[in-house]
Amino acid sequence: MATLMQRLQKMRLGRVKREDLAIQKTSEKRSSKVEIAPIEIAPNDPVVAYFLSSPGATEIDKLHLDSPALRAIKSAGIKVVIPLISQGELVGLLNLGPRMSEQDYSTYDRTLLNDLATQAAPALRVAQLVREQRSQALERERIDQELRVARLIQQTLLPQELPSLPGWQLESYYQPARAVGGDFYDFLYFEDGRLGILIGDVTDKGVPAALVMATTRSILRSTAFAALSPGKVLEQTNNLLHPDIPPKMFVTCLYAILDPVSGQLQYANAGHDLPYWHHKGDVSELRATGMPLGLMPDMVYEEKEVILAPGDSVLLYSDGLVEAHNAKRDMFGFPRLMALLGEYKNNMPVIDLLLGELAEFTGSEWEQEDDVTLVTLRRSESTGGSEIITMSTPHIDEKVGDSGWQMLTEMSIASEPGNERQAMDQVGQAVQVLNLPERRLEKLKTAVAEATMNAMEHGNKYQPDVPVTIQVLASESALMVRIRDHGNGKPIVEPHTPDIEAKLAELQSPRGWGLFLMKNLVDDVHVISDEDHHTLELILYLEGDNHDGKKS
Amino acid sequence: MTAKSLEAHVRHQPRVAIIDLHGEINAFAEDVLNMAYADAESRKADVILLNFSEVDYINSTGIALIVSLLARARKSKRRLLACGLSNHYVEIFQITRLVDFMSVFPDEKSALAEGRGSIISSPE
Repeated sequence: MATLMQRLQKMRLGRVKREDLAIQKTSEKRSSKVEIAPIEIAPNDPVVAYFLSSPGATEIDKLHLDSPALRAIKSAGIKVVIPLISQGELVGLLNLGPRMSEQDYSTYDRTLLNDLATQAAPALRVAQLVREQRSQALERERIDQELRVARLIQQTLLPQELPSLPGWQLESYYQPARAVGGDFYDFLYFEDGRLGILIGDVTDKGVPAALVMATTRSILRSTAFAALSPGKVLEQTNNLLHPDIPPKMFVTCLYAILDPVSGQLQYANAGHDLPYWHHKGDVSELRATGMPLGLMPDMVYEEKEVILAPGDSVLLYSDGLVEAHNAKRDMFGFPRLMALLGEYKNNMPVIDLLLGELAEFTGSEWEQEDDVTLVTLRRSESTGGSEIITMSTPHIDEKVGDSGWQMLTEMSIASEPGNERQAMDQVGQAVQVLNLPERRLEKLKTAVAEATMNAMEHGNKYQPDVPVTIQVLASESALMVRIRDHGNGKPIVEPHTPDIEAKLAELQSPRGWGLFLMKNLVDDVHVISDEDHHTLELILYLEGDNHDGKKS
Repeated sequence: MTAKSLEAHVRHQPRVAIIDLHGEINAFAEDVLNMAYADAESRKADVILLNFSEVDYINSTGIALIVSLLARARKSKRRLLACGLSNHYVEIFQITRLVDFMSVFPDEKSALAEGRGSIISSPE
């Protein structure tokens, strides 16, 4: 209805001006200048129903209705109105003032005007539709541009790499919703070896949320590096943010500091979803009270701590996961998340488990409502992170440790461009005994090629005398290919999830597909670093018919 | 082991150029691919078809090169098509979402039928 009103108003304005000109010309003779102000016709004005039921030229002076629009038309000096009706809809009014001859409009005049209206109404309607479509297209373009900017801000500020801590595995996942919410996470590296972990969510979406996210992240980082405890960091951030944050916006945030040696995790929470702690088969919430950032000044944030034992894990997440809805409008919910974590058996990354369950819950037609952000932290069963290295010299058919892994082959590849083909062929031959389906074998070989190429290029800098070591191991339920380089302990850079649209728009480099391909071609990828080496483990699970796993 | 080099031959047809590729698409393929693409563009082809039927290996660097060609084609309002990919590489094109921006056909005949259809429906 509002659209109708706008259309009517727009059409009237245009016409009144022309009419006004005509009246001005006559006024020179008659010196009775008529000022016509814009007339608004509400959709429920009785005059609309009248014109729809009585199309044709209407003498306004003879019309008596309790209509604000009619009063305005009369007071503007209009004598005859011809409604413009197209497909049963009033799209405009043709308004005429007094004739220059000062005589009434004749029957012939009215017939002519009615004919004109019959021709003009559909043309006018088409013009209105074209104008509306242009306006909508411009609006869509503006929104798309805003989304691109918001997404760029977010992606630029998210961590470029995952921390590499001996004895710990960290993983993250970030999937923005189309509307781009204000999720963020971050890792802070302290000189004493501790690791800060931040996860947060800004209310609102789009560019405003992205800007608040960027500001909050900067404040959090600067206060955190002042060696403050988690509660104090949130307190100071809140006080700095509060005066400047736009009205009705706030930020939920959890900040934790991990001591990787002792396993101590200190944390404070500013109204963010409570993390889950998986400890000896039980799942519990890590509770700490505190108001979201930016709502009120001088808030105090409770500080808590736990010791993460070997095998423990912690999940930090945003509400995009728990508040996801399926087609029946059921919510994924906290109970489901907690139950899933309770059943978790460490046989695959928690993130893969949750994303699989989320996909099953929401179905293929899901339109993601909010950003989904997940960060997991897991302490290895045997701490120290050197278990990979102690396995560096096994022999064929040797049982590796007590884990049931059996070595199928081990090889050394010179770090020269193109040698990844050699690695993929040799691994392909070694796993023939497992009778993998052809499709799965091809995927494994491509993943091996990508991992070998990364190891030769980034780890060994293509030095031919520095080899890449590859081990192929099998257990009853899985196949593992370990690829090791001499990366001198520098963290393996995990790029953002490649986004082809961003690449085609030249917002991202066209490269950066390697790790993404590996993760999509095998069931699991582990990245392990120590002081001298990087090791990548590519895992295929052999459970199920034809050894066909989840990514086959 | 030395990486196999890529060879590319361009066949020009009215408003269509077909680039036949032989070998591996990896870091070494960049110059050959770019030169072949420039050749294809030189006669103002509206549609450029990459024929992968003689390609036995594409790595992530090769994917990046194809993404760059696609970006170039989109800038100059040309259609880039692909044909002759093995099932495995069709899947790689799906994983990377290249298929969302570049139509993939089983063979040259079906690709050209579609490519020419799009030319007919657009003004010269």
